[in-house]
Amino acid sequence: MKGNEAIAEAAIRSGCGLFFGYPITPSTEIMEYLAKKLPQAGGTILQGEDEVASINMCYGAAASGARVMTASSSPGFSLKQEGLSYLAAAELPVVVVNVNRTGPGLGGLGPAQSDYFQCTKGGGHGDYRLIVLTPSKGQELYDYTMQAFDLADQYRNPVLILADGFLGQMMEPVELKVRSREELPPKEWVTDGCRGREKRKIASYALTNEIGEANCLYWQTKYNQIKDRLQRWENFYADDAEYLLVGYGTCGRIAKSVVLTARQQGVRLGLLRPITVWPFPEKAFWGLHERVKGIMTIELNAGQMIEDVKLAVQCKTPVHFYSRQGGMLPTEREIWQAFCRTFQLALTEEEL
Amino acid sequence: MEKIFSRTKGLTSLPFHYCPGCTHGIIHRLIGEVLEELDIIGDTIGVAPVGCAGFSLDFFSCDFVGAAHGRAQAVATGMKRALPEKLVFTYQGDGDICAIGTSHAIHTAARAEKITSIMVNNAIFGMTGGQMAPTTLAGQITATSPYGRNCQLAGNPIDLPKIIATLDGAVYVAAVSVDSPQQIIAAKKAIKKGFQVQQAGLGFAFISILSTCPTNWGLSPVESLKWLRQNMLPLYQMGELKATKEVSAL
Repeated sequence: MKGNEAIAEAAIRSGCGLFFGYPITPSTEIMEYLAKKLPQAGGTILQGEDEVASINMCYGAAASGARVMTASSSPGFSLKQEGLSYLAAAELPVVVVNVNRTGPGLGGLGPAQSDYFQCTKGGGHGDYRLIVLTPSKGQELYDYTMQAFDLADQYRNPVLILADGFLGQMMEPVELKVRSREELPPKEWVTDGCRGREKRKIASYALTNEIGEANCLYWQTKYNQIKDRLQRWENFYADDAEYLLVGYGTCGRIAKSVVLTARQQGVRLGLLRPITVWPFPEKAFWGLHERVKGIMTIELNAGQMIEDVKLAVQCKTPVHFYSRQGGMLPTEREIWQAFCRTFQLALTEEEL
Repeated sequence: MEKIFSRTKGLTSLPFHYCPGCTHGIIHRLIGEVLEELDIIGDTIGVAPVGCAGFSLDFFSCDFVGAAHGRAQAVATGMKRALPEKLVFTYQGDGDICAIGTSHAIHTAARAEKITSIMVNNAIFGMTGGQMAPTTLAGQITATSPYGRNCQLAGNPIDLPKIIATLDGAVYVAAVSVDSPQQIIAAKKAIKKGFQVQQAGLGFAFISILSTCPTNWGLSPVESLKWLRQNMLPLYQMGELKATKEVSAL
């Protein structure tokens, strides 16, 4: 199935009861698939008048206790930032998908990772974070989407699936695994009518600065807890590596081939593929400077994740960068050559 | 002595902190009474965006959700779709629904969303300190139209109920006022009908209520009521703008 369809199918099988969206390439198949299948599963799909409406419809549905999702691509994802800020502040669990295309502005439809800052640093106003999962293949689009619903409920926080146009459009076999429901906290906060209980409200305003600060400290405590518990990454030949590539999503996938090429050439190259980019898997980098001579991040942007890698290694290891942008993907050979050039590894023309 | 009037159960015991003479309090009471009379306090969820309307979260005894500026109807849509058997209403100012929220107002009505929306129109942005709203009258002085609203420059006031009434999905549209006892009685009837329309699942119900803002108008409470009557009543179309056959039969 198409990557976008894998996300949609996972949503249905996670008990997502409602989807609110607005069409935008290259994410639209998520909505098209759900338009066919979600009503059959007893759910509701509604096309909003715009992205702003869609994310706010998610806010209302989540406040009622339902599992809910929306999906978009970069320009549309920008429009959702106001809503995401409110969702984070009101602590409403919503799963959001951004199938990253190129930007800024209208950009093009090709794959990109240029929304990394926006996705990982809180794209709207205020100090907030989304939990951000970055799948690198069809199966992971499916698996991570299922996990996203549980994580959203567990932490009462919006969770973002950050894919790109390549992953969303690619056809791959996907095993439709059944996920056992995790023990999740009861939703004792939902506003679904107060008959038989005390009135509840869900809001994010702070009428005094004292309340405002208390709220901020509370949110940061939660974010720190997530940082502590939820860092995830894939370690691919990294345990004995002298050099490391770091790439997520599509880049992580291509980088694996580069690692295998390097190993054939006797170069001890490894890969750390972040699975969560917020929280960024800093723990994966602890102590690496004692063994690793250099790191190169592979990104589809002008150098965004590299900042988090530099922070994670605390400048104890040189960190370099290779990218293609504007919808272009690097080939395995291109990355390998860039790696050899960067670290001045003398290789013959044939080895290159 | 027999008690013939008491605070409605539809409101909490929290004292209103609206400005003296502001008619939000009257409108709150009317809604609270309707919730109580229809016995739907426990089945209703209110949604209010920012602005003075945003205070209402604490004043009603039903569940309440605070939304971003202009987004109350989108939030209410998501809520109603998730809880079709519950009652959902929005409580929004004119500065909210006629400006930043207009697209949601149009599309919520077009979709025949089975919610009740109440617009409190005081022709100004109240909470932010009296700036021009789309409903501000021609020549009206506000903080952002200090020489009076120049329609050549800033356009003409929007009469939103008239626009909403043109959409098929809106089955009940009423414009009322709370400047006199008679009008208050009529306003309560309209609010009640708005909730009954939703209970019957007939479509979108919209009630516009003309209201005062003495603080930002720079008038006394009594002068404000007079100003509303002299300036707003002639401009805005009043009464039942639309009621489908099914609604009239309720």
